[in-house]
Amino acid sequence: MIDCQGITKKYAHLVAVNDVSFKVSPGEVLGFLGPNGAGKTTTMRIIAGFVTPTTGRALVSGFDVESQSMEAKQKIGYLPEGAPSYPEMTPRSFLEFVADVRGLTKGKKLSRLEEVFALLHLEPVLEQAIDTLSKGYKRRVGLAQAILHDPEVLILDEPTDGLDPNQKHEVRGLINQMSKNKIIVISTHLLEEVEAVCNRAIIIAEGQILVDDTPSNLESRSRFHNAVSLKLVDPSHIEGVRAAIEALNEVTATEIDANNNRMTAFPAPNKMPLAAISELATAQGWEFSEFHLESGRLDEVFRTITAGENV
Amino acid sequence: MNRTFAIMRRELISYFSTPLAYVFIVIFLVLTSTFTFYLGNFYERGQADLSPFFNFHPWLYLFLVPAISMRLWAEERKSGSIELLMTLPIEPREAVLGKFLAAWAFIALALILTFPIWITVNFLGDPDNGVIFAAYLGSLFMAGGFLAVGAFISATTKNQVIAFILSVVACFGFLLAGFSLVLDLFSSWAPQALVDAIASLSFLTHFSNISKGVIDLRDLVYFSLLIAVFLYANTIILHLRKAD
Repeated sequence: MIDCQGITKKYAHLVAVNDVSFKVSPGEVLGFLGPNGAGKTTTMRIIAGFVTPTTGRALVSGFDVESQSMEAKQKIGYLPEGAPSYPEMTPRSFLEFVADVRGLTKGKKLSRLEEVFALLHLEPVLEQAIDTLSKGYKRRVGLAQAILHDPEVLILDEPTDGLDPNQKHEVRGLINQMSKNKIIVISTHLLEEVEAVCNRAIIIAEGQILVDDTPSNLESRSRFHNAVSLKLVDPSHIEGVRAAIEALNEVTATEIDANNNRMTAFPAPNKMPLAAISELATAQGWEFSEFHLESGRLDEVFRTITAGENV
Repeated sequence: MNRTFAIMRRELISYFSTPLAYVFIVIFLVLTSTFTFYLGNFYERGQADLSPFFNFHPWLYLFLVPAISMRLWAEERKSGSIELLMTLPIEPREAVLGKFLAAWAFIALALILTFPIWITVNFLGDPDNGVIFAAYLGSLFMAGGFLAVGAFISATTKNQVIAFILSVVACFGFLLAGFSLVLDLFSSWAPQALVDAIASLSFLTHFSNISKGVIDLRDLVYFSLLIAVFLYANTIILHLRKAD
Protein backbone atom coordinates (compact mmCIF):
# COMPACT_ATOMS: atom_id res chain seq x y z
CA MET A 1 0.00 0.00 0.00
CA ILE A 2 1.24 3.44 -0.94
CA ASP A 3 -0.61 6.27 0.75
CA CYS A 4 0.24 9.83 -0.22
CA GLN A 5 -1.44 12.36 2.01
CA GLY A 6 -1.51 15.95 0.79
CA ILE A 7 2.02 16.03 -0.52
CA THR A 8 3.32 19.47 -1.39
CA LYS A 9 6.86 20.31 -2.44
CA LYS A 10 7.83 23.94 -2.83
CA TYR A 11 11.12 25.18 -4.18
CA ALA A 12 12.25 28.80 -4.09
CA HIS A 13 10.59 29.75 -7.36
CA LEU A 14 8.05 27.05 -8.01
CA VAL A 15 5.63 24.61 -6.49
CA ALA A 16 6.69 21.27 -7.95
CA VAL A 17 3.95 19.21 -6.34
CA ASN A 18 0.79 20.80 -5.01
CA ASP A 19 -1.36 18.93 -2.48
CA VAL A 20 -1.29 15.53 -4.14
CA SER A 21 -3.11 12.65 -2.45
CA PHE A 22 -3.64 9.13 -3.73
CA LYS A 23 -3.47 5.51 -2.63
CA VAL A 24 -2.20 2.52 -4.52
CA SER A 25 -3.10 -1.05 -3.52
CA PRO A 26 -1.34 -4.37 -4.28
CA GLY A 27 -2.03 -5.60 -7.80
CA GLU A 28 -2.31 -2.09 -9.17
CA VAL A 29 0.08 -0.86 -11.83
CA LEU A 30 -0.17 2.89 -11.73
CA GLY A 31 1.02 4.92 -14.68
CA PHE A 32 2.11 8.46 -13.96
CA LEU A 33 1.57 10.67 -16.97
CA GLY A 34 2.22 14.30 -17.51
CA PRO A 35 4.16 16.82 -19.53
CA ASN A 36 7.80 17.45 -18.65
CA GLY A 37 8.10 19.38 -15.41
CA ALA A 38 4.65 18.30 -14.24
CA GLY A 39 5.92 16.93 -10.92
CA LYS A 40 6.08 13.22 -11.76
CA THR A 41 9.70 12.76 -10.78
CA THR A 42 9.38 14.88 -7.64
CA THR A 43 6.37 12.84 -6.50
CA MET A 44 8.25 9.58 -7.08
CA ARG A 45 11.30 10.93 -5.27
CA ILE A 46 9.13 11.82 -2.30
CA ILE A 47 7.68 8.29 -2.16
CA ALA A 48 11.18 6.81 -2.49
CA GLY A 49 12.39 8.99 0.40
CA PHE A 50 14.88 11.07 -1.58
CA VAL A 51 13.03 14.38 -1.44
CA THR A 52 11.41 15.59 1.76
CA PRO A 53 7.96 17.07 1.12
CA THR A 54 7.33 20.62 2.35
CA THR A 55 4.02 19.46 3.80
CA GLY A 56 2.10 16.18 3.78
CA ARG A 57 3.50 12.70 4.08
CA ALA A 58 3.85 9.45 2.20
CA LEU A 59 3.34 6.02 3.74
CA VAL A 60 4.69 2.84 2.18
CA SER A 61 3.32 -0.39 3.63
CA GLY A 62 2.29 1.66 6.66
CA PHE A 63 5.74 3.18 7.24
CA ASP A 64 6.26 6.92 6.97
CA VAL A 65 9.05 7.39 4.43
CA GLU A 66 10.52 10.24 6.47
CA SER A 67 10.27 9.14 10.10
CA GLN A 68 10.52 5.37 9.47
CA SER A 69 12.68 5.62 6.40
CA MET A 70 14.71 2.44 6.93
CA GLU A 71 11.62 0.23 7.17
CA ALA A 72 9.99 1.96 4.20
CA LYS A 73 13.12 1.75 2.04
CA GLN A 74 13.37 -2.00 2.67
CA LYS A 75 9.94 -2.38 1.07
CA ILE A 76 10.72 -0.26 -1.97
CA GLY A 77 12.60 -0.98 -5.16
CA TYR A 78 13.37 2.30 -6.90
CA LEU A 79 14.70 3.08 -10.33
CA PRO A 80 15.65 6.78 -10.34
CA GLU A 81 15.28 8.85 -13.48
CA GLY A 82 18.17 8.13 -15.83
CA ALA A 83 19.09 4.96 -13.91
CA PRO A 84 22.18 6.34 -12.14
CA SER A 85 24.78 3.87 -10.92
CA TYR A 86 28.53 3.78 -10.37
CA PRO A 87 30.08 3.97 -13.85
CA GLU A 88 33.44 2.48 -12.90
CA MET A 89 31.92 -0.68 -11.43
CA THR A 90 30.89 -3.80 -13.31
CA PRO A 91 27.22 -4.84 -13.20
CA ARG A 92 28.22 -7.82 -11.08
CA SER A 93 30.09 -5.83 -8.41
CA PHE A 94 27.43 -3.11 -8.44
CA LEU A 95 24.58 -5.56 -7.90
CA GLU A 96 26.57 -7.42 -5.25
CA PHE A 97 26.96 -4.12 -3.45
CA VAL A 98 23.21 -3.49 -3.58
CA ALA A 99 22.55 -7.02 -2.30
CA ASP A 100 24.96 -6.47 0.61
CA VAL A 101 23.36 -3.16 1.53
CA ARG A 102 19.92 -4.75 1.29
CA GLY A 103 21.14 -7.36 3.76
CA LEU A 104 20.45 -10.42 1.62
CA THR A 105 21.92 -13.56 3.22
CA LYS A 106 24.69 -15.27 1.34
CA GLY A 107 22.60 -18.06 -0.20
CA LYS A 108 19.72 -15.75 -1.04
CA LYS A 109 22.12 -13.24 -2.53
CA LEU A 110 23.64 -15.74 -4.94
CA SER A 111 20.32 -17.14 -6.08
CA ARG A 112 18.71 -13.72 -6.49
CA LEU A 113 21.70 -12.41 -8.43
CA GLU A 114 21.50 -15.35 -10.83
CA GLU A 115 17.76 -14.77 -11.19
CA VAL A 116 17.99 -11.09 -12.07
CA PHE A 117 20.98 -11.65 -14.38
CA ALA A 118 18.83 -14.13 -16.31
CA LEU A 119 15.64 -12.06 -16.10
CA LEU A 120 17.28 -8.96 -17.54
CA HIS A 121 19.74 -10.79 -19.83
CA LEU A 122 22.77 -9.23 -18.20
CA GLU A 123 25.08 -12.25 -18.55
CA PRO A 124 27.08 -10.95 -21.55
CA VAL A 125 28.13 -7.71 -19.81
CA LEU A 126 28.61 -8.77 -16.19
CA GLU A 127 32.36 -8.08 -16.16
CA GLN A 128 32.32 -4.86 -18.19
CA ALA A 129 32.43 -1.40 -16.61
CA ILE A 130 28.92 0.07 -16.52
CA ASP A 131 30.40 3.18 -18.12
CA THR A 132 31.03 1.28 -21.34
CA LEU A 133 27.56 -0.25 -21.63
CA SER A 134 24.84 0.84 -24.04
CA LYS A 135 21.94 2.89 -22.74
CA GLY A 136 19.70 -0.17 -22.83
CA TYR A 137 22.05 -2.23 -20.68
CA LYS A 138 22.51 0.63 -18.22
CA ARG A 139 18.75 0.87 -17.84
CA ARG A 140 18.53 -2.88 -17.28
CA VAL A 141 21.25 -2.73 -14.62
CA GLY A 142 19.12 -0.07 -12.91
CA LEU A 143 16.05 -2.29 -13.13
CA ALA A 144 18.00 -5.25 -11.79
CA GLN A 145 19.04 -3.13 -8.81
CA ALA A 146 15.39 -2.19 -8.17
CA ILE A 147 13.96 -5.72 -8.24
CA LEU A 148 16.91 -7.49 -6.61
CA HIS A 149 15.29 -7.86 -3.18
CA ASP A 150 11.87 -8.75 -4.61
CA PRO A 151 10.23 -5.64 -3.09
CA GLU A 152 6.56 -5.16 -2.34
CA VAL A 153 6.59 -1.74 -3.96
CA LEU A 154 8.30 -0.88 -7.21
CA ILE A 155 8.77 2.72 -8.27
CA LEU A 156 10.17 3.05 -11.76
CA ASP A 157 10.89 6.46 -13.24
CA GLU A 158 10.77 6.03 -17.02
CA PRO A 159 11.80 2.37 -17.02
CA THR A 160 11.84 1.94 -20.80
CA ASP A 161 13.49 5.22 -21.75
CA GLY A 162 16.32 4.53 -24.17
CA LEU A 163 15.39 0.91 -24.85
CA ASP A 164 14.79 -0.40 -28.34
CA PRO A 165 11.33 -1.79 -29.20
CA ASN A 166 12.29 -5.38 -28.37
CA GLN A 167 13.74 -4.39 -25.01
CA LYS A 168 10.69 -2.26 -24.27
CA HIS A 169 8.49 -5.24 -24.99
CA GLU A 170 10.56 -7.39 -22.64
CA VAL A 171 10.57 -4.86 -19.81
CA ARG A 172 6.81 -4.47 -20.14
CA GLY A 173 6.45 -8.24 -20.04
CA LEU A 174 8.55 -8.24 -16.89
CA ILE A 175 6.38 -5.58 -15.28
CA ASN A 176 3.20 -7.49 -16.19
CA GLN A 177 4.70 -10.66 -14.77
CA MET A 178 5.55 -9.00 -11.46
CA SER A 179 2.36 -6.99 -11.16
CA LYS A 180 0.15 -9.67 -9.58
CA ASN A 181 1.17 -9.22 -5.98
CA LYS A 182 3.11 -5.98 -6.07
CA ILE A 183 2.42 -2.31 -6.20
CA ILE A 184 4.04 -0.80 -9.23
CA VAL A 185 4.23 2.89 -10.05
CA ILE A 186 5.79 3.87 -13.35
CA SER A 187 6.18 7.23 -14.98
CA THR A 188 6.31 7.51 -18.72
CA HIS A 189 5.84 9.72 -21.72
CA LEU A 190 4.71 6.81 -23.81
CA LEU A 191 0.97 6.40 -23.87
CA GLU A 192 1.20 3.00 -25.50
CA GLU A 193 3.06 1.90 -22.39
CA VAL A 194 0.12 2.86 -20.22
CA GLU A 195 -2.15 0.71 -22.35
CA ALA A 196 0.35 -2.14 -22.30
CA VAL A 197 1.07 -2.39 -18.56
CA CYS A 198 -1.06 -0.11 -16.40
CA ASN A 199 -4.46 -0.75 -14.92
CA ARG A 200 -4.66 2.77 -13.54
CA ALA A 201 -3.45 6.10 -14.82
CA ILE A 202 -2.90 9.42 -13.11
CA ILE A 203 -2.39 12.47 -15.27
CA ILE A 204 -0.51 15.20 -13.48
CA ALA A 205 0.27 18.71 -14.67
CA GLU A 206 1.72 21.68 -12.81
CA GLY A 207 1.97 19.60 -9.68
CA GLN A 208 -1.68 18.64 -9.48
CA ILE A 209 -3.61 15.50 -10.29
CA LEU A 210 -5.98 16.19 -13.17
CA VAL A 211 -7.28 12.70 -13.80
CA ASP A 212 -7.15 9.42 -11.88
CA ASP A 213 -8.83 6.66 -13.84
CA THR A 214 -8.35 3.37 -15.68
CA PRO A 215 -6.76 3.57 -19.12
CA SER A 216 -9.95 2.25 -20.77
CA ASN A 217 -12.08 4.90 -19.08
CA LEU A 218 -9.58 7.49 -20.24
CA GLU A 219 -9.92 6.21 -23.78
CA SER A 220 -13.67 6.54 -23.58
CA ARG A 221 -13.21 10.26 -22.98
CA SER A 222 -11.74 10.52 -26.42
CA ARG A 223 -13.96 11.77 -29.20
CA PHE A 224 -12.61 8.82 -31.15
CA HIS A 225 -14.20 6.41 -28.69
CA ASN A 226 -16.58 4.15 -30.71
CA ALA A 227 -15.86 6.14 -33.86
CA VAL A 228 -15.58 4.24 -37.16
CA SER A 229 -12.66 4.71 -39.50
CA LEU A 230 -12.89 3.56 -43.09
CA LYS A 231 -11.15 3.85 -46.42
CA LEU A 232 -12.81 3.30 -49.77
CA VAL A 233 -11.25 1.12 -52.45
CA ASP A 234 -12.26 3.81 -54.93
CA PRO A 235 -11.82 7.19 -53.18
CA SER A 236 -13.44 9.15 -56.02
CA HIS A 237 -17.02 8.90 -54.71
CA ILE A 238 -16.04 9.57 -51.07
CA GLU A 239 -18.19 12.70 -50.89
CA GLY A 240 -21.37 10.70 -51.64
CA VAL A 241 -20.47 8.15 -48.99
CA ARG A 242 -19.76 10.93 -46.53
CA ALA A 243 -23.16 12.53 -47.08
CA ALA A 244 -24.93 9.19 -46.62
CA ILE A 245 -23.05 8.44 -43.40
CA GLU A 246 -23.58 11.92 -41.97
CA ALA A 247 -27.31 11.46 -42.51
CA LEU A 248 -27.35 8.59 -40.02
CA ASN A 249 -28.79 9.28 -36.55
CA GLU A 250 -25.84 7.56 -34.88
CA VAL A 251 -23.27 9.91 -36.42
CA THR A 252 -22.64 13.52 -35.42
CA ALA A 253 -19.85 14.41 -37.78
CA THR A 254 -17.30 13.01 -40.17
CA GLU A 255 -13.75 13.98 -40.95
CA ILE A 256 -11.62 13.07 -43.93
CA ASP A 257 -7.87 12.94 -43.61
CA ALA A 258 -6.69 14.59 -46.83
CA ASN A 259 -3.39 12.71 -46.75
CA ASN A 260 -4.70 9.19 -47.01
CA ASN A 261 -8.45 9.61 -47.68
CA ARG A 262 -9.33 7.91 -44.42
CA MET A 263 -12.75 8.95 -43.23
CA THR A 264 -13.68 8.91 -39.55
CA ALA A 265 -17.32 8.98 -38.47
CA PHE A 266 -17.80 10.26 -34.92
CA PRO A 267 -20.63 8.82 -32.86
CA ALA A 268 -23.59 10.80 -31.55
CA PRO A 269 -23.73 10.80 -27.72
CA ASN A 270 -24.16 7.24 -26.35
CA LYS A 271 -24.52 5.75 -29.83
CA MET A 272 -22.57 3.00 -31.59
CA PRO A 273 -22.51 3.85 -35.30
CA LEU A 274 -20.63 0.70 -36.33
CA ALA A 275 -23.66 -1.50 -37.05
CA ALA A 276 -25.60 1.21 -38.87
CA ILE A 277 -22.67 2.10 -41.10
CA SER A 278 -21.94 -1.49 -42.04
CA GLU A 279 -25.63 -2.13 -42.87
CA LEU A 280 -25.63 0.97 -45.04
CA ALA A 281 -22.44 -0.16 -46.74
CA THR A 282 -23.87 -3.60 -47.52
CA ALA A 283 -27.05 -2.04 -48.88
CA GLN A 284 -25.15 0.44 -51.06
CA GLY A 285 -22.45 -2.02 -52.12
CA TRP A 286 -19.50 0.15 -50.96
CA GLU A 287 -16.13 -1.54 -51.04
CA PHE A 288 -13.73 -0.74 -48.21
CA SER A 289 -10.01 -1.32 -48.06
CA GLU A 290 -10.15 -0.53 -44.34
CA PHE A 291 -13.03 -0.54 -41.89
CA HIS A 292 -12.62 -0.56 -38.12
CA LEU A 293 -13.89 0.57 -34.77
CA GLU A 294 -11.79 3.07 -32.82
CA SER A 295 -11.42 2.43 -29.09
CA GLY A 296 -10.27 5.95 -28.36
CA ARG A 297 -6.93 7.67 -28.53
CA LEU A 298 -5.02 8.23 -25.28
CA ASP A 299 -2.65 10.74 -26.80
CA GLU A 300 -5.59 12.89 -27.82
CA VAL A 301 -7.16 12.64 -24.34
CA PHE A 302 -3.80 13.46 -22.80
CA ARG A 303 -3.42 16.55 -24.97
CA THR A 304 -6.94 17.76 -24.31
CA ILE A 305 -6.58 17.36 -20.55
CA THR A 306 -3.11 18.81 -20.10
CA ALA A 307 -3.47 21.59 -22.68
CA GLY A 308 -6.93 22.52 -21.36
CA GLU A 309 -5.36 23.10 -17.97
CA ASN A 310 -2.67 25.37 -19.35
CA VAL A 311 -5.07 27.74 -21.12
CA MET B 1 27.86 -2.25 10.54
CA ASN B 2 27.47 -4.63 7.59
CA ARG B 3 26.14 -1.76 5.53
CA THR B 4 29.05 0.49 6.51
CA PHE B 5 31.36 -2.30 5.44
CA ALA B 6 29.48 -2.75 2.14
CA ILE B 7 29.89 0.97 1.38
CA MET B 8 33.55 0.86 2.30
CA ARG B 9 34.11 -2.14 0.06
CA ARG B 10 32.30 -0.48 -2.84
CA GLU B 11 34.37 2.67 -2.48
CA LEU B 12 37.61 0.72 -2.48
CA ILE B 13 36.52 -1.19 -5.59
CA SER B 14 35.91 2.18 -7.25
CA TYR B 15 39.32 3.54 -6.25
CA PHE B 16 41.12 0.63 -7.80
CA SER B 17 39.01 0.36 -10.95
CA THR B 18 40.06 3.87 -11.99
CA PRO B 19 43.58 5.30 -12.39
CA LEU B 20 42.94 7.45 -9.30
CA ALA B 21 44.40 4.94 -6.85
CA TYR B 22 47.53 4.26 -8.84
CA VAL B 23 48.20 7.90 -9.71
CA PHE B 24 47.75 8.92 -6.08
CA ILE B 25 50.01 6.23 -4.67
CA VAL B 26 52.76 6.81 -7.21
CA ILE B 27 52.70 10.60 -6.73
CA PHE B 28 52.63 10.22 -2.96
CA LEU B 29 55.63 7.90 -2.96
CA VAL B 30 57.60 10.01 -5.43
CA LEU B 31 56.95 13.24 -3.53
CA THR B 32 57.65 11.81 -0.07
CA SER B 33 61.02 10.44 -1.16
CA THR B 34 61.97 13.51 -3.19
CA PHE B 35 61.24 15.78 -0.27
CA THR B 36 63.02 13.52 2.18
CA PHE B 37 66.22 13.26 0.18
CA TYR B 38 66.45 16.67 -1.46
CA LEU B 39 64.66 19.14 0.77
CA GLY B 40 65.06 17.17 3.98
CA ASN B 41 68.79 16.44 3.46
CA PHE B 42 68.27 12.90 4.72
CA TYR B 43 71.89 11.86 4.12
CA GLU B 44 73.62 15.11 4.94
CA ARG B 45 72.08 15.29 8.40
CA GLY B 46 73.87 12.12 9.35
CA GLN B 47 71.16 11.12 11.83
CA ALA B 48 69.38 7.79 11.88
CA ASP B 49 65.83 9.04 12.12
CA LEU B 50 62.93 9.79 9.80
CA SER B 51 62.11 13.37 10.75
CA PRO B 52 63.08 14.68 7.29
CA PHE B 53 60.47 12.24 5.98
CA PHE B 54 57.65 13.06 8.37
CA ASN B 55 58.19 16.82 8.41
CA PHE B 56 56.80 17.11 4.90
CA HIS B 57 53.69 15.03 5.50
CA PRO B 58 51.45 17.93 6.61
CA TRP B 59 52.32 19.84 3.42
CA LEU B 60 51.81 16.87 1.17
CA TYR B 61 48.48 16.07 2.77
CA LEU B 62 47.40 19.66 2.32
CA PHE B 63 47.08 19.02 -1.42
CA LEU B 64 46.84 15.27 -1.78
CA VAL B 65 44.13 14.53 0.80
CA PRO B 66 41.65 17.08 -0.63
CA ALA B 67 42.29 15.42 -4.01
CA ILE B 68 40.91 12.22 -2.51
CA SER B 69 38.16 13.78 -0.43
CA MET B 70 36.78 16.14 -3.09
CA ARG B 71 35.08 13.33 -4.99
CA LEU B 72 33.55 11.57 -1.97
CA TRP B 73 30.16 13.31 -2.18
CA ALA B 74 30.47 15.90 -4.93
CA GLU B 75 30.85 13.16 -7.51
CA GLU B 76 27.75 11.35 -6.25
CA ARG B 77 25.78 14.57 -6.41
CA LYS B 78 27.03 15.36 -9.90
CA SER B 79 26.37 11.92 -11.38
CA GLY B 80 23.05 11.48 -9.59
CA SER B 81 24.13 8.26 -7.89
CA ILE B 82 23.40 9.97 -4.57
CA GLU B 83 19.73 9.38 -5.38
CA LEU B 84 20.42 5.68 -5.51
CA LEU B 85 22.52 5.72 -2.35
CA MET B 86 20.01 7.74 -0.34
CA THR B 87 17.06 5.56 -1.39
CA LEU B 88 18.79 2.34 -0.40
CA PRO B 89 18.13 1.37 3.21
CA ILE B 90 21.30 3.04 4.51
CA GLU B 91 21.47 5.51 7.37
CA PRO B 92 23.40 8.64 6.34
CA ARG B 93 25.85 8.04 9.19
CA GLU B 94 26.64 4.58 7.82
CA ALA B 95 27.31 6.02 4.37
CA VAL B 96 29.47 8.82 5.83
CA LEU B 97 31.49 6.41 7.95
CA GLY B 98 31.87 3.85 5.15
CA LYS B 99 33.17 6.42 2.71
CA PHE B 100 35.51 7.96 5.26
CA LEU B 101 36.94 4.60 6.32
CA ALA B 102 37.52 3.59 2.71
CA ALA B 103 39.43 6.78 1.95
CA TRP B 104 41.36 6.52 5.20
CA ALA B 105 42.28 2.89 4.56
CA PHE B 106 43.45 3.93 1.13
CA ILE B 107 45.72 6.63 2.56
CA ALA B 108 46.94 4.11 5.12
CA LEU B 109 47.92 1.83 2.26
CA ALA B 110 49.87 4.65 0.57
CA LEU B 111 51.59 5.30 3.90
CA ILE B 112 52.47 1.64 4.37
CA LEU B 113 53.99 1.58 0.91
CA THR B 114 56.61 4.09 2.08
CA PHE B 115 58.24 1.23 4.02
CA PRO B 116 61.44 1.24 1.90
CA ILE B 117 62.46 4.46 3.64
CA TRP B 118 62.10 2.68 6.97
CA ILE B 119 64.24 -0.21 5.70
CA THR B 120 66.79 2.30 4.40
CA VAL B 121 67.18 4.09 7.71
CA ASN B 122 67.46 0.79 9.56
CA PHE B 123 70.09 -0.36 7.07
CA LEU B 124 72.12 2.82 7.44
CA GLY B 125 71.97 3.20 11.18
CA ASP B 126 70.18 2.28 14.35
CA PRO B 127 67.07 4.44 14.62
CA ASP B 128 64.50 4.39 17.41
CA ASN B 129 61.76 2.33 15.75
CA GLY B 130 59.31 3.24 18.50
CA VAL B 131 59.58 6.88 17.49
CA ILE B 132 59.11 5.94 13.83
CA PHE B 133 56.02 3.90 14.64
CA ALA B 134 54.58 6.77 16.67
CA ALA B 135 55.22 9.16 13.82
CA TYR B 136 53.48 6.88 11.34
CA LEU B 137 50.51 6.67 13.69
CA GLY B 138 50.43 10.44 14.08
CA SER B 139 50.69 10.93 10.35
CA LEU B 140 47.74 8.59 9.77
CA PHE B 141 45.62 10.43 12.33
CA MET B 142 46.50 13.77 10.83
CA ALA B 143 45.52 12.47 7.38
CA GLY B 144 42.21 11.39 8.94
CA GLY B 145 41.69 14.94 10.17
CA PHE B 146 42.33 16.43 6.72
CA LEU B 147 40.06 13.80 5.21
CA ALA B 148 37.14 14.45 7.55
CA VAL B 149 37.31 18.19 6.83
CA GLY B 150 37.46 17.50 3.09
CA ALA B 151 34.60 14.98 3.16
CA PHE B 152 32.38 17.47 4.93
CA ILE B 153 33.14 20.17 2.37
CA SER B 154 32.58 17.73 -0.49
CA ALA B 155 29.08 16.99 0.82
CA THR B 156 28.11 20.64 0.48
CA THR B 157 28.65 20.94 -3.28
CA LYS B 158 28.33 19.06 -6.53
CA ASN B 159 31.42 20.73 -7.93
CA GLN B 160 34.63 18.83 -7.25
CA VAL B 161 36.90 21.76 -8.05
CA ILE B 162 35.13 23.94 -5.50
CA ALA B 163 35.32 21.10 -2.99
CA PHE B 164 39.06 20.81 -3.61
CA ILE B 165 39.85 24.52 -3.29
CA LEU B 166 37.72 25.04 -0.18
CA SER B 167 39.21 21.95 1.43
CA VAL B 168 42.77 23.11 0.78
CA VAL B 169 41.97 26.51 2.29
CA ALA B 170 40.23 25.00 5.32
CA CYS B 171 43.04 22.51 5.89
CA PHE B 172 45.61 25.28 5.51
CA GLY B 173 43.79 27.17 8.24
CA PHE B 174 43.85 24.14 10.52
CA LEU B 175 47.47 23.44 9.72
CA LEU B 176 48.66 26.90 10.68
CA ALA B 177 46.11 27.67 13.39
CA GLY B 178 48.90 27.99 15.94
CA PHE B 179 50.88 30.50 13.88
CA SER B 180 50.62 34.24 13.64
CA LEU B 181 49.45 34.01 10.03
CA VAL B 182 46.13 32.72 11.29
CA LEU B 183 46.14 34.04 14.83
CA ASP B 184 46.64 37.67 13.75
CA LEU B 185 43.22 37.49 12.11
CA PHE B 186 41.71 37.00 15.54
CA SER B 187 44.05 38.47 18.12
CA SER B 188 43.04 42.09 17.50
CA TRP B 189 39.37 41.63 18.33
CA ALA B 190 38.74 38.19 19.85
CA PRO B 191 39.12 37.46 23.56
CA GLN B 192 42.36 35.76 24.53
CA ALA B 193 40.55 32.54 25.42
CA LEU B 194 39.25 32.22 21.87
CA VAL B 195 42.67 32.95 20.39
CA ASP B 196 44.17 30.28 22.63
CA ALA B 197 41.46 27.87 21.62
CA ILE B 198 42.16 28.48 17.95
CA ALA B 199 45.88 28.12 18.52
CA SER B 200 45.29 24.78 20.19
CA LEU B 201 43.60 23.51 17.01
CA SER B 202 46.82 23.59 15.04
CA PHE B 203 47.54 20.38 13.16
CA LEU B 204 51.23 21.21 13.04
CA THR B 205 51.57 21.56 16.81
CA HIS B 206 49.76 18.32 17.50
CA PHE B 207 51.61 16.47 14.77
CA SER B 208 55.05 17.70 15.74
CA ASN B 209 54.55 16.27 19.25
CA ILE B 210 53.70 12.83 17.88
CA SER B 211 56.36 12.85 15.21
CA LYS B 212 59.00 13.40 17.86
CA GLY B 213 57.88 10.10 19.33
CA VAL B 214 55.85 11.57 22.14
CA ILE B 215 52.51 9.82 21.92
CA ASP B 216 50.50 12.14 24.06
CA LEU B 217 46.98 10.84 24.44
CA ARG B 218 45.74 14.42 24.06
CA ASP B 219 47.09 14.67 20.52
CA LEU B 220 45.39 11.46 19.42
CA VAL B 221 42.21 12.51 21.17
CA TYR B 222 42.43 15.85 19.38
CA PHE B 223 42.54 14.24 15.93
CA SER B 224 39.88 11.68 16.86
CA LEU B 225 37.55 14.41 18.08
CA LEU B 226 38.18 16.50 15.00
CA ILE B 227 37.32 13.53 12.78
CA ALA B 228 34.19 12.77 14.81
CA VAL B 229 32.97 16.39 14.69
CA PHE B 230 33.38 16.71 10.94
CA LEU B 231 31.84 13.31 10.19
CA TYR B 232 28.88 14.29 12.33
CA ALA B 233 28.58 17.59 10.44
CA ASN B 234 28.80 15.60 7.20
CA THR B 235 25.86 13.44 8.33
CA ILE B 236 23.80 16.50 9.17
CA ILE B 237 24.51 18.04 5.75
CA LEU B 238 23.28 14.83 4.11
CA HIS B 239 20.10 14.90 6.16
CA LEU B 240 19.46 18.52 5.25
CA ARG B 241 20.44 18.35 1.61
CA LYS B 242 19.75 14.90 0.24
CA ALA B 243 18.48 16.00 -3.12
CA ASP B 244 19.88 19.39 -4.06
